[in-house]
Amino acid sequence: MKTEDLVELLSTDIEPVKKNALALLLMGSVLAALAGAFVIMVTVFGIRPDLASVIATPIFWEKLAFPLSLSVGAVIATSRLGRPGASIGAGWAFLILPVACVWVAGAAVVYGAAPADRALALLGHTWRSCPFNILLLSIPGFIAIFYAMAKLAPTRLRLAGAASGMLAGTLATVAYCFHCPEMSPAFWSIWYLLGMMIASSIGALLAPRLLRW
Amino acid sequence: MEHPTVYSEEARLKALFIKSMAGDAASYRLFLSDLTRYLRGYLRKRIPKMREDIEDLIQETLLAVHHARHTYRPEDPLTAWIHAIARYKLMDFFRAHARRGSLHDPIDDHQEIFSLSDDEPENARRDIRTLLDYLPDKQRLSILHVKLQGMSIAETATLLGLSEAAVKVNVHRGIKALAARMREAT
Repeated sequence: MKTEDLVELLSTDIEPVKKNALALLLMGSVLAALAGAFVIMVTVFGIRPDLASVIATPIFWEKLAFPLSLSVGAVIATSRLGRPGASIGAGWAFLILPVACVWVAGAAVVYGAAPADRALALLGHTWRSCPFNILLLSIPGFIAIFYAMAKLAPTRLRLAGAASGMLAGTLATVAYCFHCPEMSPAFWSIWYLLGMMIASSIGALLAPRLLRW
Repeated sequence: MEHPTVYSEEARLKALFIKSMAGDAASYRLFLSDLTRYLRGYLRKRIPKMREDIEDLIQETLLAVHHARHTYRPEDPLTAWIHAIARYKLMDFFRAHARRGSLHDPIDDHQEIFSLSDDEPENARRDIRTLLDYLPDKQRLSILHVKLQGMSIAETATLLGLSEAAVKVNVHRGIKALAARMREAT
């Protein structure tokens, strides 16, 4: 077929493009990711029994703020990388600043602790399972967000995959905060971040296969 | 004829594209045929030794632009958006052909996309009509009647015994499947 025939084919009887389709699609996948992560968290791990009392403490909200602000950065990155020619831009600030804050807070905690307590601040009681629990919670989000991303038009597949995986990981961590008993920033700065980074790496790894269009 | 500049072309093509996104078929036809010429110029400069692949690559890029059109935001420059798609398809082509060596120049200057126009097509290697044969009947016939023979959706629906909504869905899916076929064929 000649190219002009293809032009004819594509331009005959076109449908108007729905406005905000992109934002709605991404919003839907974020909600699905959160819902999925919460369901698995409640059924597999269970909400921490002392939630009612910790919810009144600032440290709980500081902990929640870490994955939540990262998820804002990941949403910005994902929505931009789904559009050809757009770059992450200001999204980087939301991805870097929370990590920097938690690292500083974590270092302060470790430095301020008695030498005997330092290992506890870093490793808590659950460091072995934490990243993998986060990974498990990110599975529904991973599917939902990659489904949305595949309907967009990413031209930098690895980066788009990393951002999508990161978004799934951050939302999973938000849900995990309602189970996880660890309250040390030093712990979050390593093990939460590791869980999210693994999700992000898997995204980058699978992206060329899942997102090619 | 007065030579258009990259900047005036950006504005002109952007206006056409925005109208197309609102559903104006005539603007879209004009936009796509102008884009075809620019892509041809762009690709002939990029891969001069692969002339016979160029027309295929143009068609793939046009399909990609068509499928990605919902991701364009009117406040963004059209050149950057189109260039990112053209570059993506070109890189995909290089990857498929393992001819990365032929990529001598950096292809990062997005202004370049509307700077060269070429009106003489080579023959495409693939024939879309042949590719159409691989599609399920409903999709193939919907595309054939609506898109290639210019029948209305209502006429096609009566002819095929489908609802109008079903015809639209079949056209949409058919074009998607066509693009996927093309990708596999490279």
